[in-house]
Amino acid sequence: MKKIAFAGALAAASVAGGTAGAATLDDVRAADSLKCGVNTGLVGFAAPDANGVWGGFDVAVCRAVAAAVLGDATKVEFVPTTGQTRFTALASGEVDVLSRNTTWTFSRDVDLKFTFTGVNYYDGQGFMVRKDLGVSSATELDGATVCIQTGTTTELNLADYFRANNMSYEPVPIETNAEGQQQYLAGACDAYTTDVSGLAATRATFEDADAHMLLPEIVSKEPLGPLVRHGDDQWADIVRWTLNALIAAEEYGVTSANLEQMAAGTNNPEINRLLGTEGDLGAMLGLDKDWAKRAIAAGGNYGEIFAATIGEGTPIGLARGLNAQWTQGGLLYAPPFR
Amino acid sequence: MSAISDETEQSFRLSMLLYDTRYRSLTIQVIASIVIMLSLSWLVWNTIQNLQSLGKDFNFGFLTQRAGYDINQRLVEYSSESTHGRAALVGILNTILVAVLGCALATVLGVIAGVLRLSKNWIVARLMGVYVEAFRNVPLLLWILLIFAIMSESMPQPRDFREGGDASMLFGSIAITNRGIYIPTLEWGAGSNILVAVFIASIGGIWAFRRYARKRQEATGEILPVLWVSLGLLILPSALFYFILGRPVSVLYPELGGFNFSGGVHLRNSLIALWLALSLYTGAFIAEIVRGGILAISKGQTEAAFALGLRPGRTMRLVILPQALRVIIPPLISQYLNLTKNSSLAIAVGYMDVRSTLGGITINQTGRELEGMLLLGGFYLVLSLVISGAMNVYNSSVKLKER
Repeated sequence: MKKIAFAGALAAASVAGGTAGAATLDDVRAADSLKCGVNTGLVGFAAPDANGVWGGFDVAVCRAVAAAVLGDATKVEFVPTTGQTRFTALASGEVDVLSRNTTWTFSRDVDLKFTFTGVNYYDGQGFMVRKDLGVSSATELDGATVCIQTGTTTELNLADYFRANNMSYEPVPIETNAEGQQQYLAGACDAYTTDVSGLAATRATFEDADAHMLLPEIVSKEPLGPLVRHGDDQWADIVRWTLNALIAAEEYGVTSANLEQMAAGTNNPEINRLLGTEGDLGAMLGLDKDWAKRAIAAGGNYGEIFAATIGEGTPIGLARGLNAQWTQGGLLYAPPFR
Repeated sequence: MSAISDETEQSFRLSMLLYDTRYRSLTIQVIASIVIMLSLSWLVWNTIQNLQSLGKDFNFGFLTQRAGYDINQRLVEYSSESTHGRAALVGILNTILVAVLGCALATVLGVIAGVLRLSKNWIVARLMGVYVEAFRNVPLLLWILLIFAIMSESMPQPRDFREGGDASMLFGSIAITNRGIYIPTLEWGAGSNILVAVFIASIGGIWAFRRYARKRQEATGEILPVLWVSLGLLILPSALFYFILGRPVSVLYPELGGFNFSGGVHLRNSLIALWLALSLYTGAFIAEIVRGGILAISKGQTEAAFALGLRPGRTMRLVILPQALRVIIPPLISQYLNLTKNSSLAIAVGYMDVRSTLGGITINQTGRELEGMLLLGGFYLVLSLVISGAMNVYNSSVKLKER
């Protein structure tokens, strides 16, 4: 009896030990679905539409990765995560990749053991107030009540900003953007603070968007990007270079409209390598040679995704600003595909 | 005895461990304990393995690091420069605060509702029935959210209290806003220590008088007007000294300044919603416990008390409730524990209890899920044990003394 119990425990232990080191790519292929952690709902970045289909700027990254890995941009299982649950979800393997307006910081990269695979939006923290509050600068917010999502970098920046400027404030901690929006609109807080892109996206859903304004101060750097767990470099490479492929495609003028024509072969070797007509970059990633072509076909290149989800043609109306290509004076810069 | 043990020693065979009832229980216990030990050690081993494969270690050093976030409601000194440990302490105190407030209000509500549900007045009894069933059968979270929504959506904003606004303060001193309720507070000036001392002394006087009144009643059967004398002792000396000392205690009214009210005490929406919802919800359960306790007392007790000429109120207070307490207290302890643990639903309304500070933001900022959750679990365990320990002491003081 003792022996049986002991052997059973050993067997159970070895099974559990065996799964720990498996590659994420194999898991995704085996499940035939990419589990992608997204925001619980932030219009323009990640939100389900009337039919329950997720769409948005962050969602597009998930779709591009799914298209590259599984060949189908719809094979994504979206897992809504809050500011507090996102890291646990990723660390525990509940999601394969987190694409959720997450700021790339030192401690998250190094101490929390995550790998940031690039930046898909360069952002900064700002404040939104009602126009009739009579405030035109964040420096006038002394004593204000501020709604803040807990568990975020903005929470820490807010504390630092008010402390550095010798101002006091009353934080109203909230869990999700929807809650923050409700509290702010009810007047339970004077100002709502989060990343400027998030504020713009939130304001776009207001009935009287013109009654609200973003204060000019940007109090932090918030490079937002997708992230994966430490320790699976191949998977990190796949996500990183899928994002780079979208950015490079815009730089080289590869769009969803001319994708087929470009894939037939061009006289630009970089485009040829990107789209798999030359070299075998896909095989180096553990994918086939059309991976980038599928990723671009999923939602277009970076510029097309931007324009369709959060750009100036949308209600959110974000200018490219820092997120323009490096050739246009922005910060977007994909390393060479060679 | 010795003869039997001799016999078994001689004829002991291994199969007896399984087939002999004298040994079988021993065998089962040994095997069960081995299995439990093995599974526990496997759990620990598996945790260590998984932490290792994630590249994480296990230590509590994060408690001494700078927290970096602010907490709106703090009972002790705290700023974003304080440590995560300090933030956890702030959260712990907030949890205890809402638990104590909740238990107190729930008990009052529960006892009143439980007694009134047995009232002969049809409307009163039915109203209490509606209250009990409504709160018992709808999840607590919904009540918390409902009260929070009512507070934040339908109450006026602070700026409505300005000149020309359409809101005004209750009694000129209490402001009910969508950010919470601002109530006046007392400012303790010079000489207020003496006043406090007088107040404490008068409470001591009340206690002594009550003792005396009881002794006298037992000796002579004469009932002294305890309530009126107590009230007089409570108020008169303090009031007298208040004027003698030149009004050392003044009231600080909340005033609208800048964005918010300042001065006074700010009862935040989150605290109010959590406190009221917890109290109303648990109060409904306590009402049923109280009703059950009262019904458990034989009707003959009431009739006997009435026959002695006691009036209904006094019968309830002196005859029925003391006996019913023996039935009421054990399940009441469970309700207190429930309320305390349910206070972790604070996250829904952003009340910064220990679940939100240590178990929420700290874990999120430091990535120490395992350590944080262990501390959190340990805290709730200790708190629950303390509550049930204290209540059990009380229980043994009211339970039937068997001599």
